[in-house]
Amino acid sequence: MAFRHSFAARLASAAMGLCAALGLAGLASEAVAQDATKGIEEYRKMMAADPFSNPGLLAVDAGEALWKTARGTKNVSLETCDLGKGPGVLKGAMAEMPRYFADADKVMDVERRIIWCMENIQGLDTKDIVKKAFSGAGQDNSEMEVLASYVSAQSNGMPVVPQLSHPKEKESYDIGEALFYTRAGPHDFSCQTCHGSSGTRIRLQELPDLSKPGKEAQAAVATWPAYRVSTNSIKTMQHRMSDCYRQMRMPKVGFGSDAVTALVVYLMKQAEGGEVNVPALKR
Amino acid sequence: MNKIIIASALLALVATSGTALAGGASPEAVEKVVASSWKDPNTKNPEGAKPDWASRLVQDNLQKACSQTRNQPTKDLAEEIVADAKASVKFPEDGKLLGDWKNGEKIAQDGRGQRYNDKVGEPSGGNCYACHQIDKKELAYGTIGPSLAEYGKLRDFKDDAVKATYEKIYNSHSTIACSNMPRFGAQGILTIEQIKDVTALLMDKESPVNK
Repeated sequence: MAFRHSFAARLASAAMGLCAALGLAGLASEAVAQDATKGIEEYRKMMAADPFSNPGLLAVDAGEALWKTARGTKNVSLETCDLGKGPGVLKGAMAEMPRYFADADKVMDVERRIIWCMENIQGLDTKDIVKKAFSGAGQDNSEMEVLASYVSAQSNGMPVVPQLSHPKEKESYDIGEALFYTRAGPHDFSCQTCHGSSGTRIRLQELPDLSKPGKEAQAAVATWPAYRVSTNSIKTMQHRMSDCYRQMRMPKVGFGSDAVTALVVYLMKQAEGGEVNVPALKR
Repeated sequence: MNKIIIASALLALVATSGTALAGGASPEAVEKVVASSWKDPNTKNPEGAKPDWASRLVQDNLQKACSQTRNQPTKDLAEEIVADAKASVKFPEDGKLLGDWKNGEKIAQDGRGQRYNDKVGEPSGGNCYACHQIDKKELAYGTIGPSLAEYGKLRDFKDDAVKATYEKIYNSHSTIACSNMPRFGAQGILTIEQIKDVTALLMDKESPVNK
């Protein structure tokens, strides 16, 4: 388990050892969970003092370089890609995604839109890029991870503004909401099972309540891609959704599929007004 | 028996009558998105998994009813769900409900099984600690479900409580309609032997849970 090697886990196990030694087992679990959270909080504070110490920034830099690299059959860069604010405008784009794109006649999140731009602007074969969208343990960040980090970081400090005016955006929201509550699979899990109440944990992991708008959703949603200290790597929103469905015992969900997009639309609505902060530091 | 048949009929009726809540998406629209987002699940995921991957995308009546009501069924529906769940419980042939608590602890710790990265055919764990405090020595427990510390002791180790515990693990909806907890027996996640072991973890006098 990768968690064993992580910063938070070391802190948690140190706290656990201390509590056990003091014979405080009854209170210790709360303390351990809180200490693990506090540990990451400390790390965040240290980074606030020196923002360039965030290891996720390497992905943003790599993403910028790749964004500006001419590739594909058309041998052009992604610099004319329209993320909803006009060709080439990145500032604030992610804070207003997913949104409807008339050229694709689809609602798209950042990652899905990047794939569309690769195919349609660069003439790039994206089959392999999609296949390797999520980097594995010990692997370098994927092309998708660095590009999504670069694009999303250009909305840092801006509030999430959900886009629900187009009928297809509204439809996507409705489907996302329905999926959030859909219980399925051998374990009968839905998103709501774990993210339907405030202040609960799985083992020691605290869970944001995503069933209602507010601070928990804002902190959880407007912060992907994130640098995860448990895996020492960048993970994207598509990966977050995909990995939740894995834990829910569902089959692999398609990268950039309508279902994942719909869930992201729903979550961004819950995170309305939250400040984009990418790549955030997460467990 | 009549009651069970009526119960299933009501459940089926609710489950096919469309979304009962404010949510704007029609079941057909959701199904369409599910079909396009999880294409060819049986060929894209490990072969031989049970239940197979495609069937996991189709909700049964209980899942539909609990999804549509967001786990807050009407009183009538809740009664039918509980009756249905009770009727689904299969007991061990020898009638013994308490297995080996040591093995029960291993099952409670084990979160593996039935994900696409798990080995097909290996027994699943119960992952009880993900949501419950059980043995107080285990500090890494979740809080989605209630604490089960001193569970048997608090119930005076009574035979009725042993039976209720076995039933709860076998089908959680036998006590609370639209419980968050998986139906470990009814859905074939755990075997009858494993359920006996977890029952023992909670109800055996010798189990550390009750020390």
